[in-house]
Amino acid sequence: MKNNDTFSKTLLVAVTLCLVCSTLISFTAVGLRDIQDANKELDKQTKILSAAGLLNNNLNISDLFKSIEVKMVNLETGLFDESIDSSTFNEGSFSRNLDTSIKLDKTQDVATLKRRENYQSVYLHYEEGNLVSIILPVRGYGLWGTMKGYLALEPDLQTIIGLEFFEDKETPGLGAEINNPKWKSKWTGKKIYSSEGEVIVSVIKGVVLPDSSNKDYSVDGLSGATITSKGVTNLLKFWLGDLGYGPFITNMRNGEIKDV
Amino acid sequence: MSKVKEVLLNPIFNDNPIALQILGICSALAVTSSLYITLIMCIALTSVVALSNMFVSLIRQHIPTNIRIIVQISIIATLVMLVDEVLKAYDYESSKTLSVFVGLIVTNCIVMGRAEAFAMKNGPLMSFLDGIGNGLGYSLMLIIIAIIREFLGAGSFYSIEIMPLVNDGGWYIANNFFLTPASSFFIIGFTIWALRTWKTDQIEEPEFKISENSLDAERRTA
Repeated sequence: MKNNDTFSKTLLVAVTLCLVCSTLISFTAVGLRDIQDANKELDKQTKILSAAGLLNNNLNISDLFKSIEVKMVNLETGLFDESIDSSTFNEGSFSRNLDTSIKLDKTQDVATLKRRENYQSVYLHYEEGNLVSIILPVRGYGLWGTMKGYLALEPDLQTIIGLEFFEDKETPGLGAEINNPKWKSKWTGKKIYSSEGEVIVSVIKGVVLPDSSNKDYSVDGLSGATITSKGVTNLLKFWLGDLGYGPFITNMRNGEIKDV
Repeated sequence: MSKVKEVLLNPIFNDNPIALQILGICSALAVTSSLYITLIMCIALTSVVALSNMFVSLIRQHIPTNIRIIVQISIIATLVMLVDEVLKAYDYESSKTLSVFVGLIVTNCIVMGRAEAFAMKNGPLMSFLDGIGNGLGYSLMLIIIAIIREFLGAGSFYSIEIMPLVNDGGWYIANNFFLTPASSFFIIGFTIWALRTWKTDQIEEPEFKISENSLDAERRTA
């Protein structure tokens, strides 16, 4: 058998192998990128439509999504901001960048985000020219990690249409029941703000009693998942409050920004 | 011909990579909570073992001994990345659920173990078949674990509801323990027990024997 252990042979094998492997991976990655990006976009659109209760098995997702308009909102002022392109907007890089986010101190940071981006994308759904729902991206810490989702509201900005999470690390069978269709359906019709304008919608411990005075503002807790339930309450409290979409919601309500 | 059969079928019951060699346990714990995800993982792993075995075997006469592990790892890693990319493109939902575990096939001892132990000494075709065989052995164990975990943890088989859950208005209170990876340890343990009861030659010789308690010995003589 010939000697493979010479310096030149070792180098030759190593270099050739690296070149062949890297070329293979590069070609595959580039070749499949379009399909992968399309998948990601489709997944996001599915979740947004699902939050707004628009999913329909007979219709194509991207066709359904045509009735939805994406707008960038400046969370500081609560106004639409056209200076940022919604197609390239990335929540993660915005909230990490010191110039495009604010640091939250302990008392403000109910959803444990550490930093909050100054801009967010909101999704407006129109039917025959009328605004029928507003879908807001929300996120917050659960038990094991950040839960990310979409909250769909009626145009009165007081009634919830649906809440859908697209990413979570909660315990299967306990906290991960936030993805259970039966639990998700409990959100429909719940109210957010008290008459004083405070966010009082919450996930309670146990079952909401039909004669409870707060029944419009409470959702059944997930049994065995107290911390996840609290996390959901907290993320709603944060994102619907003054540091979240609060200013935007006030503007929408007062008619300071037109919906078209 | 009998050699082919032996290489292909031996790893399924007689020399199962998980049950006998106790390799590749980590993914057996992590990805077995539902059968569909498990099947995807099994296909991914089987194709990686088979192809990496084949490629390592093809160039085995040119691999310098000093860097052979690195060469094997590079080939395995390349294949794993390809599988990951393909999965992201054609089954995005599963790739999201499997997340890092596809990438972790690189560190799966079965893949590395077969490349080093078999592919370095045998021809490409035999090595390929050996990879398929070991992939099947791995898959068999994972499928057993997944069926038990999904049935007891979610009351379903391949996402088809068998026992309606209390959460969905049924009667079955899901056993949440079976949704946690730790339950796989018990299922693997019981499967090994069952397998060794059937195939007694797999029982290992005890490495040592606990000597008799001196007090017991005294009492008996007294």
